[in-house]
Formats: sequence, C-alpha cells, structure tokens
Amino acid sequence: MMRLFKGLMIPGCVLGLWQWLVMIQYVKSESLSYPSAIAAAAIGVIQDGTLLVAAAQTFSGAFSGWLVGATLGIVVGIAFGLSQTLSRLMKITVETVRPIPSVALIPLALLIYGYGVLLETSVVAFSCFWPLLIVTESAVRGIEPRLIEVSRMLNFNLFDRVIKIILPAALPRIFVGMRLAAAVALVVSVTVEITANPMGLGYALIVAQESMRADRMFAFIGWIGLIGWSLNTALLNIQYRWFGKMGFWEEQV
Amino acid sequence: MSQLDNRSRSWFFSILVFLGFLGLWQVVATAELISPVFFPAPQKCFVTLYEQMNQPEFWQAFSQTISRMIVGFSIAAFCGVTLGAIIGLSSRARTYIEPTLELIRPLPASAIIPVFILLMGLNDSMIVAVILFSSLWPVLLNTVHGFKTVEPRLLEVAQILHLSQMEVIFKIALPNAMADIFAGLRLSLTVSLILAVVAEMLAGTTGLGQNITLAARSFRSADLYAGIMVLGAVGYITNTALAKVERHVLRWRAV
Repeated sequence: MMRLFKGLMIPGCVLGLWQWLVMIQYVKSESLSYPSAIAAAAIGVIQDGTLLVAAAQTFSGAFSGWLVGATLGIVVGIAFGLSQTLSRLMKITVETVRPIPSVALIPLALLIYGYGVLLETSVVAFSCFWPLLIVTESAVRGIEPRLIEVSRMLNFNLFDRVIKIILPAALPRIFVGMRLAAAVALVVSVTVEITANPMGLGYALIVAQESMRADRMFAFIGWIGLIGWSLNTALLNIQYRWFGKMGFWEEQV
Repeated sequence: MSQLDNRSRSWFFSILVFLGFLGLWQVVATAELISPVFFPAPQKCFVTLYEQMNQPEFWQAFSQTISRMIVGFSIAAFCGVTLGAIIGLSSRARTYIEPTLELIRPLPASAIIPVFILLMGLNDSMIVAVILFSSLWPVLLNTVHGFKTVEPRLLEVAQILHLSQMEVIFKIALPNAMADIFAGLRLSLTVSLILAVVAEMLAGTTGLGQNITLAARSFRSADLYAGIMVLGAVGYITNTALAKVERHVLRWRAV
C-alpha cells in the first residue's frame, strides 16, 4: 500500500501542479489543456463511441498484420533453423532488407494499397516478421538434438517432424517472440495512422491535435498507453500460465 | 584454412542468391507483371539513386536527417545513462520513480509527436525533441536494469576493500551494467531513425523522410525505392558502427 502510494506520488504531483498552474492562469489552457478537462474528455470519447470505433480499427490493422507477419516469420524461421545451408544462403538478402525502418515503407504501402486496413496490415506485417524469424530460427537451433534423433528413429516425415517435435519444443520461445511482436504491432499501427492512414487511434490523435483539442489529444494518448499496457500484461499472464518460467530468459538477450 | 574457405564460399553463394533475387526483380519489373507505378525495375532505382547522389539537395536532406538523429540520440544516451545510473543505484529513488517509468514505457513513441507539435510547432527543434524523448526510454530502462542487478557478492567485496562510493560505481556497477546499456543504446538508435523519419513526414521539413513521402505523392517510384534504400543503408551503417563500439568497449568480457 505504502509502495503504491510512493509510486503514484510523482505522477500525482505533476498532475496537481499542472492543474494548479492552469487554474491560476499561469499556463494558457488552450494549448495544453488541464488534467480535469482531460479526464472529462477521456470519459467523453467513450460515451460518444469514438474510442471504441477507433480502437477496433487500430486493433484490426495491428492484429491482421501481426498474424501475417508472425506466421511468415515462424515458417521461414523454422526453415532457416532446420537448414543451416538455407540460412547461410539467404544471409545477405536478409541482412539487406532487415535494416530498412518499417516506417520508410509507409509511402510505398500507401502507393500500393491506398488508405485502409491493408496499408496498416502490410507495414505491421513487415515489422513483426523479423523478430519472429530471428527468435524462431534460434529456438529451432536450440532444440535438444536427441529429440530430433527420436523423430528420425520414428521415421517421421518433414511435416510430422515440424508439427510433433519442433513446434512444441520451440513454442515457449516463439511465444515470447509473438508477445514482443504484438507490442511492436500496436506501436507500428498507431504510427501508420499518425502519418498516413485516416483511421484508428492514431488518426483520432492527429485530428484532436489539428483541431486544437488538447484535452481530447491527451485523452487518446492516455487510452493508447492503457491499451498497450493491458495487452502486454495480458500476454505476460498467458505466457506465465502456459509456459511458466520457460522462455523467460529470452528477454535478457 | 578450410574454415576460412568454407566461410568465403558461403559468402559467395549468399551474394549469388541476393543477385538472383535482384535479377528476378528486374525480370518481373521489365515484363510489367506488377504495375510499374509501384514496382520499378532495380536497374532504374540504382540509376536514380546514383543521380540523386550527384545532387546537392540529396546531401542536404541526408545531413539534416543524420544530424537530427545524432543530436537527439546523443543527448538521450547521455541523459539516459546518467539518470538510469542514479535511479538504478538508489533503491529509494526506484520506489518513487519506477512506477512512473512503467506508466510511460508502453506508450508508442510516435503518439507523443502531436503533443510536441502542439507545444513547439512544425520545426526542426520539434523533431529533435521528439527523437530525444523517444530514444531516451530504452537506454534509461536498460541502464536502470543494469545497475540494479549488480551481483551482491561483488558489492560485499567492495565493502571489504573499503572502496569509496565513486569507486564502486565506476569499478563495479558501471562495467556490470555496460552490456545492458548497450542493448538499450541499440534499441534507442533504431527508435531514433524511425522517429526522425516519422517526424519529418509530419512536419514536412527537408530530410530523407520527406524525400520518400514526396516521391510517393508524385508517383516517382524509382525515387521512392532509392529513398528507402538510403534509409536502409543508414540503419545498417549506424547499427554496425554501434556494434563496433560495443565490441571495443566490452572486449574485456569473456564471450
């Protein structure tokens, strides 16, 4: 209880000071708004439904991109992990494409898909692909060699080997990768919305800023932070429940 | 000898595969299987890139973006390591500050751009401020982690040797935190390039980010691809440079 109180002291003081400075009119309320107005706006965007619509749009972009990018990353990562030759052959190609910042692809994706979910999906997929590729490849490499020997003894074909041995053995670490990629997906989709795509939470943020509604702007920022935090906490809980301590060391890398 | 042979052979074939992809791209693009509006031939892109590099405007945009990135990143790195060390070393500071950091951590860096635009307007210092603010968190959080996970037995040794507080920081805590600090710096560097591009797109000031937006808007696809290649190269070079520094600084560690 005491810890919680101490932890909330700084944010509390900042908010209090902010409110007070506006009340004594030291700071102009138009440009920065003030905490109580922001809180009211945060409730307001729920009541008029804008938050729900915007969050659903952002989620659909983030989720579809995450699904596509992560799936491709896992498939390619398994292939690279199983065949060192393939991984070596692709090395230059991978190292050439990987350093491209995902946001640099926004104008290109815009040219190809125009505005809409696909624009977001493609950029998010690109940015989720790489972490999953790397995590999966090293997870597959790290599988106990005896498991692979067993699958050979049992005369498994490639499909059976992947489904019955490799995926289950590499899953804890792959899940960690998927959780980290989910956080990336949310960030990237909001970024795409801020820079180009007229939908979702990022666009709502820009609209609020351009119409000088600082209260709504801060309200949306608060909601975006809260959504990101809850998503991460939920996925961490799932990870802990399903895999226990397995795979947690991945985060130290 | 055979190992070296093996290595250079795998490099050779790897380059061959890459050239194969380029060739495939060239064939697909010249056959116009995909619309040339957004899929120009690589040969055209490289020619455009070469032409761009002969123009002073390109280098102006290049140096603008790079200098914003470097200024923002360096200040963020300095502040992040210093603040992180203070917070990481003092458990009292942690109980007060850590929850606030946890609150800010999940916030997408780009979400704060509108705040900075509203506060500072669409200009150069806004972009640097955005880069600074967003690349501060990865270094800061990693430094805190590095400083608070000092092996307790090392601290006991320090106590026995009667080391002063400064000696403890510079001889034990800082070397211990170095690996974490560099992990944070790597993240921050990536973030700083991304935010430089995003902020330029929004602010419409000269730079590599604006270059690609303008190219896309006027359907100059070869320029767009050339711009993306340049940004990829910037990402690659800055990352490699930092990795070099890291290897030099951490060379005492048994890998």
